Amino acid sequence: MKIEEAIKKSKAYLCLECGKCTSVCPVSKFNRGYSPRILINRAVRGNHAELARDKNIWTCLTCKLCDEHCPADINCIELTRAVRFTATELGEEAVCSHGGAARSLMRIMTTPALMPRRMDWVSKDLKIADQGEFLYFVGCLPYFDVLFADIGVETLKAARSTVKILNRLGIVPVVLPQERCCGHDLLWSGDLDSFRKLAECNLNLIKKSGVKKIIFSCPECYRTFKVDYPRYGAADFETMHTTEFLAKEIECGKLKLNSLEKTVTFQDPCRLGRHLGIYDEPRKVITSIPKIKLGEMKRSKNRAICCGVSAWMNCTVFSKQIQRARLKEARETGADLLILACPKCEIHFNCAMSETAQAPNTQDMKIDTLNIVTLVSDLLKE
Amino acid sequence: MNSAFEPKIVAYCCNWCSYPAADGAGVARLQYPTNIKIVRVMCGGRVTPALVLKAFELGADGVLVATCHFEDCHYIFGARKAADVHKITEKLVNMLGIENERLRFDWISSAETTKFAKVAKEFVDVVRKLGPSPIHNRAAGVK
Repeated sequence: MKIEEAIKKSKAYLCLECGKCTSVCPVSKFNRGYSPRILINRAVRGNHAELARDKNIWTCLTCKLCDEHCPADINCIELTRAVRFTATELGEEAVCSHGGAARSLMRIMTTPALMPRRMDWVSKDLKIADQGEFLYFVGCLPYFDVLFADIGVETLKAARSTVKILNRLGIVPVVLPQERCCGHDLLWSGDLDSFRKLAECNLNLIKKSGVKKIIFSCPECYRTFKVDYPRYGAADFETMHTTEFLAKEIECGKLKLNSLEKTVTFQDPCRLGRHLGIYDEPRKVITSIPKIKLGEMKRSKNRAICCGVSAWMNCTVFSKQIQRARLKEARETGADLLILACPKCEIHFNCAMSETAQAPNTQDMKIDTLNIVTLVSDLLKE
Repeated sequence: MNSAFEPKIVAYCCNWCSYPAADGAGVARLQYPTNIKIVRVMCGGRVTPALVLKAFELGADGVLVATCHFEDCHYIFGARKAADVHKITEKLVNMLGIENERLRFDWISSAETTKFAKVAKEFVDVVRKLGPSPIHNRAAGVK
């Protein structure tokens, strides 16, 4: 999409220059060099080539907090994405954290001929099928756990927990061994070409398997399948996030949970919350656990703050400041457990807590984290 | 299989051992295949998974990482770090579905010029047998 088109579509020309976007932006709070208001302003004024070459366009977390507050209802992140597409066409590229490893992984996966060997995580007690109606889309979790082994996160726990819960409900989900990355991160970092290739690979695989329903434990995959794939190919299936599925199953009494005597708090992932408007389901799941206490953070639901990095771009000292502030907020609720629903949140928060070199006193931000699916699967009644 | 196939191989060589070994091999006029394109790095410990994956992404048919022997390492623990990081890289490459044989790690000291030539020859033969890398999605690849 060209920037002109995006200005019309995002209604950026309605900007009142009130600056609400910049005053709520979690990045602008710490990084004075970045302002969504100025980005909109420059886009509307023209000279798009110059704007696209600005390094600041990669700084946005696309967490959609600005859009939530905008009185003119401008879709600022849609505009940012279009600017990034233009920048990529001009040969610009964002600084990828981890030396570009994540991006190379995703781009290598665009090769249809490759046969990934990514099923080692399926332990013997889990039942999965080759064919059926119900698909569990795992996402890049197997790669994350290898890449981020040093910070001690295990995002695959969520995958195992999902399959365990599905099995308990008598569902044997299909898991595709040839599954590719959904392309979310490439799409948001401007690489539309590679994104299309990944989408094509995944949609072909799904078409061949004849699946009707897809469940996701990763909100980013969920958003991409639900919102972005239909634009690039026929998506003839129903999608849902694990929290939506769990909320429904718990409500009809199919899942019985043990009690947990803990105060917990929940971090709304931006893709699940503001992008897709799912706030109540995860809360329903948490509060259905007997004896559990849910404390809300000062800024929660549609006001929640992002985990500090998106699409593996521009992880800087500002990201660490955002994470630190958010973790402190989580602790202020009196909770001893931070419930997360996104593997990226797991990685970013655990990284912030583990990097003692960058944050000399991490004591005031240390809090245990757990994925919401793992929380439920650990409490399943025998 | 195409008999005219010549593999493109990227070799990350450390400044203190493997690169001088390659240099020495040239000075001594040892024959080794020209398929090897050397990238000199200060230390093998600097070769992150990202560097290896980038080479594959751009269409390399094989990647060689060559460092000092553990006890010779110019930076004391660099070669050990390289070996540790390489384990992660191996796992990622395997998971992606790229043949394990396309990635090789070796220890070549600056005196082992013949070893460098031998490793280069062996590796090129192995990759030649495997055929071209399946990844050819970028026009601006390794020439």
